[in-house]
Formats: sequence, C-alpha cells, structure tokens
Amino acid sequence: MKKKYCENIALSALSDAQLLQLSKTNVLALSLKEMKTVQHYFKLLKREPTDIELETIAQTWSEHCKHKTLTSPIEYQEISGAKKTSHTFNNLLKETIFEACLKLKKKWCLSVFADNAGIIEFDENYGAAFKVETHNHPSSLEPYGGAATGIGGVIRDILGVGLGAKPLADTDVFCFADPKTPAKKVPQGLHSPRRIIKGVVGGVRDYGNRMGIPTVDGAVCFDECFLANPLVYCGTMGLIPKNKISKKVSAAEFIVVVGGRTGRDGIHGATFSSVKLDKDSDVSAVQIGNPIMEKKVLDALLIARDLNLYTALTDCGAGGLSSAVGELASETGARVELEKAPLKYPGLLPWEIWISEAQERMVLAVKKKNLKRLLKIFKDKDVEASVLGNFTSDKKLTLLYNKEIIGQIQMQFLHEGLPKVSRKAVYHIAKEIKQKPIKMSAQKISAMLIKVLADLNVCSKEWIIRQYDFEVQGQTIVKPLESNSIEVSGNSDAAVIFPYTLIADTKKAIVLSNGINVSYGKINTYKMGAAVIEQALRNAVCVGANIDKISLLDNFCWGNCDNPEVLGSLAACAKACFDFSCKFGTPFISGKDSLNNEYSVGGKKFSITPTLLVSAMGIIENINNVVTLPFKKEGNKIFVLGLTRNEMGGSIFNSINKISDGILCEVFADESKPLMQKIYAAMQLHLIESCHDASEGGLGVCISQMCFCGQLGARIDIDNIKVYEKMTPAEILFSESNGRFVIEVKPENVEKIYKIFRPCIFSEVGAVGGKDLIIESAKNKMKIKQNINVLMKAWQKTLWDI
Amino acid sequence: MKKAKALILTTAGINCDFETQAALNICGARSERVHLHELISKKNKLQNYDILVFPGGFSYGDDIASGKILAYQIKDKLKDEILKFAQSKKLIIGICNGFQALVKMGLLPDEKTFKQSVTLYYNDSGKFECRWVYLKTNPQNNCIWTKNLPEIICLPIAHGEGKFITKDEKILKNLKKNNQVVFKYCDAKGDFGKYPICPNGSQENIAAISNSGGNIFGLMPHPERFIFALQSVTKKGFDDQFGWGKIIFENAVNYIG
Repeated sequence: MKKKYCENIALSALSDAQLLQLSKTNVLALSLKEMKTVQHYFKLLKREPTDIELETIAQTWSEHCKHKTLTSPIEYQEISGAKKTSHTFNNLLKETIFEACLKLKKKWCLSVFADNAGIIEFDENYGAAFKVETHNHPSSLEPYGGAATGIGGVIRDILGVGLGAKPLADTDVFCFADPKTPAKKVPQGLHSPRRIIKGVVGGVRDYGNRMGIPTVDGAVCFDECFLANPLVYCGTMGLIPKNKISKKVSAAEFIVVVGGRTGRDGIHGATFSSVKLDKDSDVSAVQIGNPIMEKKVLDALLIARDLNLYTALTDCGAGGLSSAVGELASETGARVELEKAPLKYPGLLPWEIWISEAQERMVLAVKKKNLKRLLKIFKDKDVEASVLGNFTSDKKLTLLYNKEIIGQIQMQFLHEGLPKVSRKAVYHIAKEIKQKPIKMSAQKISAMLIKVLADLNVCSKEWIIRQYDFEVQGQTIVKPLESNSIEVSGNSDAAVIFPYTLIADTKKAIVLSNGINVSYGKINTYKMGAAVIEQALRNAVCVGANIDKISLLDNFCWGNCDNPEVLGSLAACAKACFDFSCKFGTPFISGKDSLNNEYSVGGKKFSITPTLLVSAMGIIENINNVVTLPFKKEGNKIFVLGLTRNEMGGSIFNSINKISDGILCEVFADESKPLMQKIYAAMQLHLIESCHDASEGGLGVCISQMCFCGQLGARIDIDNIKVYEKMTPAEILFSESNGRFVIEVKPENVEKIYKIFRPCIFSEVGAVGGKDLIIESAKNKMKIKQNINVLMKAWQKTLWDI
Repeated sequence: MKKAKALILTTAGINCDFETQAALNICGARSERVHLHELISKKNKLQNYDILVFPGGFSYGDDIASGKILAYQIKDKLKDEILKFAQSKKLIIGICNGFQALVKMGLLPDEKTFKQSVTLYYNDSGKFECRWVYLKTNPQNNCIWTKNLPEIICLPIAHGEGKFITKDEKILKNLKKNNQVVFKYCDAKGDFGKYPICPNGSQENIAAISNSGGNIFGLMPHPERFIFALQSVTKKGFDDQFGWGKIIFENAVNYIG
C-alpha cells in the first residue's frame, strides 16, 4: 500500500555492498551484520521497512545508545616481551567496571548502571546522583554549540534520573591541542585549537551560568593528539529524594513531551557520533541550545515531581524522541502520534520529528487523572507540554502520522535484536627503562621548577574558571580556586558542595573530583587507568572525603576500536578499573564511552591517545571538617605522606626535557589506601591545616602551590623525604609517584600526627614561613631558593588570556 | 516583633532565588518565591509583603541587554504597584541581575522620576567573571540595608555586565552629593585601583547605589552568597562564623520588625 507520510526502503533485494552503502549514505552507522539482521527481520514480516523504522533501529542500535563495542565479546591478548596471555570477555563492561561494583556490594549504592546517572546515599532522605558525558564530535565541528549542548544534555541526565534530581553542580574536563599551534599545522576542515578552546569555554559558560548551576570542578589537558579531536567532558551532580529514585511506566499512561520545540537540529547526532569525522562532516548534526528553556523545564518539573504527577520520565538525548520513548516503553509498548509534536517550523518529515535531537525536551509518563494538573503547572511556567500518545501493553512500538501507521516494530527486536560481534583485541605492554640519573645544580632545578609550573598541563586555568559562576546557589564551600586572601589563587584539589538551601540544618556535603592524564596513556593504559583512579581519590581525600564512601564514574575516550591494538589498550584499561576499584573499595556507579575519536583528511588519520577520565563523588559528614590547600600559618610543620619512587616516565619533567626513558608511576593501593583512611581520621580531629596531593609535576609543584596561594613560604629538607631507592634531588622533586600527600600540621599536633600515621610511610620535612620556598639538601650540598610570587606568576601567566 | 515578609521575584532565567530565600529566612524573614505571572495576573499582591527582592540570574536570558526585558515588564504591567511599594518606604533590593533590572526600569537611582539614568554595561574585560572583591562602604550613606557594616567588607561577584555608568556628569555628581553611592570596589586597605580591584571598569569604582530615601538598594555583588564564614574563599568571616551578607539582610528584617 502506498503510504503518504513515509517512504518504504527497498531493503530485501540489496546486496551486501548495497546494504553498506545505504548505511553510509543515510548516516545509519550500522555494520553489514547489523544491516543483514534488519533485512532478515523485515523479510520475516514479508514487507520492506519504512524510513522511520530503519531510522529508529539505527538510533537505538547506535554505539552511543547501546555501547556495543564494550558490551560485545572481545578476544583479548596481552603481550609482554615473550610472554603472551589471553582472555575472552563476553561483555567487557559487565565483567570489569560493573563487576567491581557488584563485588564490592556497598549498601550505600542506590542505583548503578541502570538509569541516566549513578546514585549513592547522601543522608537518610536524599541520594546524590552524578553523571559525566562526552560531547566530542559536536564540539569539534561547532565548539560553542557542541559544548553548550554537552552541558545541557548532562544536566537533563540528572533531571531525568529516577523521577528527577535537582542539579547542584557541574564539572567540566577538556582536552585540547596547544592554543599556540600555528595555522599551517591545523588539518584541513578543522578549527584552530584557540578557536575551539574559546568556543568550548564560552559554550559551557553561557549554558551553565544561565542555568544557575555552578561549574565547580574540572581539568584541562593539552596534547597534540587533540588537534583534530578535542575532548569535552561535562558532568552534573544533583540530589534526589530517596523515594523518587524508581520509576515505572504502565499501559494507558499518556506520553507527554515537555520543553522546547522539535526542529531539524541534531538530526543523526547519535549515529554521527559513532562515525569517524572528515572534512565533509555535517554541522547540522549539532544541536542548538537554549538554557533559559531548560531552566524553565527544571523549575516546572520539580514542582510536578513533588506533587507525584508523573510516574516515569527520561530526557530526550541522543536519538531524540525515538530513544526516550523507546527506552521508557521497552517493557510495555507505545503508540505515538507524531503530528502532535510541537515544531519550531513546518516542513519536518515524520522520521525527522522522531529522531531530531532538538534540545531541552523531556518525556513523561502521566496517568489520566493527573494530566490536567500537570499541563497547568507547565503552562504557568511558560513551558509547552503536549500529549504525543500513550503507552500500551502490546510490546510494540507503533508510530502514526495523521492516523496513518508509518512504523511498527516489536520492542524485543528493537532492544534485543542487535547481533553481537566478536572482536579481537591485542595489547602490547611497552618495556619501560629507567632514565639516566638526572643531575642538576640548584640553579637549574630552580629554573626547572618555574618551567614545570608554567607547563600547559600544570599552569593555572584561572582564565577559564573565572568565566564560570562557581558560586551560584551559594553552596560551593571548597571552590575551584582557593587561597588565604582574595587577591591570589591556587588550584583546589576538589570541590565541596554544601546543600544547605535544599536540606536545612544539614551538616553533610558532597565532594566532586577527577583524575585524568594523557601522557600516561601513551605509555601504558593499564597503569594510566590505575593512576587516574587514584588521582581522583586523592583529590577527594585532600578536601575531606571519607575514602570508604567514594563512588566513581568512568569516561573512556578512545580512537578507532576496529583496530585490535586500540581495542586492546581499552581492555587493558578496563582491567585496571576493575582491579583498582576493588582494591580501593570504591565502586563505579555509572559511565560513558566515546569511541572512534578519529579524523581523516587527505589519506592521513588523526587519532587520539586513549584517555580515561575518572570522576569521583564522595560524602563529607561534617562541613566544618573540610580542608583546603593553602598553607595557613607561619611555624606550622610540613609532612610528606607516602613514598617517592624513581618514576619519571610520562612526567611533565620528561616532556619538557624530551626524555623518553623513565618508569611510569604505578599505584600501590596497599600503601595509599591506609594513608587516605588516616588522613580522613586526622581531619575529623582537626589535626590537618592544609592538604594537597602530588600529581602532575611532582612534589615541587605541589609545595609551590600550597605556598603561593597561602602567601607563605616554606623551608623543606629534601633529605628527609622518604624515597624507595637512591634518587637525585631533581628526581625527588619531579617524580610523579602516586600515593603522596603534603600536609600542614600545627606544632602542638605533631605528636598526634605521628601516632595516627604510624606505621605508614611518612616524614616531617620542614616548616611554613617567610616569603620564599627554600629546598635544601645537606647530602647534596644544595640550596634552592625561590620567591613564592615568582613561582605564582610563572604558574599564572601561561594561560592568562587566550 | 513583626516577622518581615519578603517576596522573592522569579521569572524565566532567574536563578539565585533559592539561596536568596535561604539567606533571608536565616536572617529572620519569612520569604516566598513568587513568579512574576502571579503578580501580573493579580493572583498575588505586592502590597502583602514588606520586602521585595529582585534576585540574581539571567532574566529572559539577558536578551537585548541584562535585566532589560524584566524591567520593561515591570514598567508595563506593574508600574503603579511598584511605585506605591517604593514610596510607602517598604524595602527593595536588586542583586546583580536584579540591580540591572532596577536601573533599567529607573527605580534607581531615583524612584520619583522612574526613568533610566544610569546603566550597567559590559565589563571592560569583555567577559563574565566570578571572583571575590573588597568593597568600601560609605558612612554618610543612609541606606537602610547597609547599616552597621565596617569600612571594608568582601563579597563575591559574578557578572558579565557590571560596569556602572551614569548618563552624564550631573547624575554622577548628584549621586555623590546625595550620598547615594553605597559600595565602591577597593583593595584590602580600602584604596581604589584598576582591574582586578575594580573587576568591571565601573565609573569611580561604584558597585552599589541606593535611592535618596535609603529604602531601595541595588548592588552587583551577591550578599546572599556570604551568610556564613565557610562560604568565603578564605573561610573567614566576622565573629568566627558569619558573612557580611547576614548583616545586610538582618538590617532589612530589623527595620520592618
């Protein structure tokens, strides 16, 4: 029968080559095996699919929505010298990251890997939800819009978790190429890094600030590999009443879409994010954001939530209505009348309405008796709400336009019909060689410290941070920039949000932190995974989080995983996630992957270094126990906790000095976890005045930062720092060993500190005072002296203005 | 003692309403968040309240210019009510976007003329900025909101359009003559200086003004973000636990009570 509102796609007669061509031309991003599965399904139905049916399947089966690479079988082989080991994963995600969470059985995990975000317990009445998303492809093509809708999308994830959480804070982590990259080095069809940075920062700024959600934590990494594929991670944390965490759709409930209108923006976003970009990639796949609309949706939605006016909701993200309705109706079925969707402008084809990723829309399931009241609440807040159809009990997705059936697919095929493909993965563990001993004079070390502080990956990100309103909502206690006086600043380890406006009389707070390191990923992704997990945990612990109640999120950004070597490096990293999540007792509660970060032009391929972002969310029991990094008072004692090893591999020092040898830092959880527990114990007794961890740049950078943001100098005896092996002063100062913290202690509390920290490895190394950082070694007859404001200026000036 | 009743005005894009409500309540007021529609449709009346708060945010996305659309809506739909409120010596405060709306509707600096004569323009730095600033108070000023403050306080700012400019020299002269300048950006010692001491390039470092009656107060900094010491970047406040914003809101509450 000839249809008026859709086209039949003649699939049954197509050859393999033609199927693949169709997948490419229509941006379906489906493999041959998947296309053949679809072909077979419709052959059994004895008809051809319509355009909207094929699009629905492509959106639902996209890498973005189904994470098919990480959930399909992987034959993994690890090669270390002559030694080979193999292992088959049936579902990499389930058997590593998710498995760790199951194994740890933390009763404070309230919802894991099931909803739009992970949720842990905050107090007896509330849960804390956290999610971090990536928006890499859109930000590469249209930096401002891509980043804005990235943050807008993750805020909706939090709004759409359970029956809706109230967003309290945003996080952002970016990976860029050097803003000074000359134009001639930028591949054809791409924006210059400087333009990308300005656009991305502007996008996050304008969306986050207008939403009234403070952007409180983040990181910026620089590496040449991000020239063609910048990475943009956006996160949101929110609080949700515990009795609003579960949702359930029932047949006959109305499907109500609220928020922005549907337009032609963001067509094929879900599938486009799974293909490699080239100079002809279509910018219209990027959505257009409107934060004021989203703010209105937020305001109205939380009122309706508290009046119990809907039974389920989710956000329209990748795949638009097709994913949102498809997901909500997966157990029931749905009947959708697409002509009822309000449009930005006429002329959209039904399939375009169905998959458009126009922003600021949420889909709700509403019982008949509540519909009138619900519609009124949205009307009062100037938000459009429209009934699009209803949920059914036939387990079918039925799509109509002006009463004509234009698509009908079994829910089971849609959600479980995706064929599994076994992939091969190989990981070669690179051999690491210790570098030649680094011998430098005091003068050279002093100059090197300045260089390391000024390095793009260490320097102040104040230019970016201050463009975000990190104070809105009034709950940001530990801020991204901390100091003893408002004229100076140092980079905080983590952010602390104290939700007193939502929960009057609470003492509890939420800690957000992150760990990421690009240069470690170039050497060994297993060690990188371990290091960034520990880095996120250290950061959270520094401000006062209890290590026994920290949850993690993973975000894998990888290159082309059709390449077994690339997939192998991912599997190795996932193994590290399992191992160290278990060792630290910190479960992963949600995550996201962005694969295929590859760009090709003129036969040349640009791929990214494997980059894992680990974000941590912890709980602080008493807000009065938070600790920040600036040194507080002259005369206080300085301790270094943890052991320094000769681990210069992947360090900032090595990259500045172009040294390729060096051992990449390893994580020794049996050393660092007890340290973290003791730090928390000492903080409860107010025995620690300031705390900062040593990470990029090493101990020298760590102590410098504590000095200048406290506007106090320090005298450090380098001979007293505990080392694992014989090391030169430069190696001690610039090695990036994990598991190390610097703390400041009042003289009267020194004895108590010794008592608490024994038998861990730690030592007293000096005292706070003066206006210089003085580092001495009697053994090496060496004295390094540098004014703290000289150190601060070096740290600040690199990215003072872009 | 009468409990002061505060109306915190919300509309599309206002986003500092919750913390402003919390701050007022902590300081002893009973405050409600009320949508502009409720006032326009007369479901709720301005005259039922003692204090009117225009909180911070991005009303209507700051389209056209910051606070402009909200200012027009008030002028068009609520002119009589708001003038009656202002002239009955009840209290009005505009914070950040609220300050921008107050000057653009002309309620500041002179509610009697109700015409715009000053503006808050794009920062000289050309970008939105969030930072803590020192503010020098004016002992000659009669603003009800700022009594009992020491000579120098600090508060956070977060805005892209905060550069205070008067229409002409005469307006500026009058503001000074009538002691309507409430806060000026300064350094720790109280000296004036350029960026970042003055974060936006305001004329004569002006950060806040009041009307000549002292009941209408507009400021770019956010007092609701500094009610207790831990909220400050230095974690220090007065009496070991409070922030300067507390005094500002308590002044209003005590005046009513």
